[in-house]
Amino acid sequence: MRYAYLKNGESLVIDGNKCTGCGICIDVCPHSVLEITEGKAMIIDKNYCMECGACRLNCPADAIAVNSGVGCAYAVLNGIISGKNASCGCDGDTSGGCC
Amino acid sequence: MGCGCKTPEWITGSRFTKAGLIPVVSTELTGKDKRGEIMVRLGIKRMHYTVAPGIYAVGTPGENSDVFVTANYKLTFDMLRGELHGLSAWILVLDTCGINVWCAAGKGTFGTGELIARIAKVRLKEIVSHNRLILPQLGAVGVSAHTVTRETGFKVLYGPVRASDIPAYIADNYQKAPQMREVTFSFSDRLELTPLEIVISLKYCLIAVVLIVVANLLRYQRFDLSLFNGVLPFIGAVLTGAFLVPLLLPLIPFRAFSLKGFALGLAGTIALIVLSRAGLADSIIYLCFLPAISSFFAMNFTGSSTFTSMAGVKLEVGIATPLIIISVAGGVVMELLKTLRVI
Repeated sequence: MRYAYLKNGESLVIDGNKCTGCGICIDVCPHSVLEITEGKAMIIDKNYCMECGACRLNCPADAIAVNSGVGCAYAVLNGIISGKNASCGCDGDTSGGCC
Repeated sequence: MGCGCKTPEWITGSRFTKAGLIPVVSTELTGKDKRGEIMVRLGIKRMHYTVAPGIYAVGTPGENSDVFVTANYKLTFDMLRGELHGLSAWILVLDTCGINVWCAAGKGTFGTGELIARIAKVRLKEIVSHNRLILPQLGAVGVSAHTVTRETGFKVLYGPVRASDIPAYIADNYQKAPQMREVTFSFSDRLELTPLEIVISLKYCLIAVVLIVVANLLRYQRFDLSLFNGVLPFIGAVLTGAFLVPLLLPLIPFRAFSLKGFALGLAGTIALIVLSRAGLADSIIYLCFLPAISSFFAMNFTGSSTFTSMAGVKLEVGIATPLIIISVAGGVVMELLKTLRVI
């Protein structure tokens, strides 16, 4: 069972010129969004990309761009209320379903 | 010694290495460990369920043994050591403030900097002679493998998402089968998460019950069971959003969680109106409050789900929250009018 969500994967872009086809992005993707085709990483299932950012952070060639962040309503609401970035805090926060 | 702290009972001994004595931990989970899991699943002392960051041993590891890296949330640590039964390995616990690997990686506490610092702090190079670290795959959200290698010489292998796949991963010579990479969100995964959703919603329930009882007390000016009118529909709406929507998630149409909650809440509300033969005013009040409440609690489940992007959640929160507030405000106005006997 795979789930799609709103705006999933919209910001995910791979720079084919920089990609060396090493495959680490495929290794870290939790939703099988990518595949190596003809020696380059290709997006095969954008709909399932939750924009977690693991591929971007681990790409040694810096070939991937994606706007990652926490996909959590509680964190987003917190961010709106406190005027800061969406976050579920690492500060003894005991409320909220996030994380 | 003399710190007053008790050694946890899951530490069963110690192992001598060039970097000093390293605690050996049991791979058998005790009744106490399992009771701890039930507590945190219910949200009790969830933020203080930690183990001390550092290095631990299972079995009788040596300088060629694998190093598994994990978070210092005790639930995570327990899952890992439970799966290492019969093996000899090192466990490197990062300081994630007691948060699980994926969430901590999202915040960066299970991150490149902490891993590099922890490797130095425990003097890992004096403990093992190889240069392999096995990280849970979901840690990749916070750890840049090539940066760790550049800074420390250690090579990062991303193991399976689930600790339960570790024995098969090792048996297959550190090859990850495709399904070991996939995050799932099965019925039982979702069921495990709902007690926490319900406990979190209890706080709101208590506030609402007090408000409803006080409002009815003002309205009827006498104390009897009718004061609790409205409490059950409210609790039903909360449970619809916090429990039924998570369980039935793939069966409810719409991608937005708030819409799923609204749809199921609306169905429940219509059933309530028909079955209770509610009058027009009460029906409108129910329709204002209940689907909106279900919608809100369903929307909060995005944080526990495994596939929602931040951009999508921002879109959903931005549209749904004002509508939920307007709907609830409309309900409050209707209640006031009813109390003042205008309608």
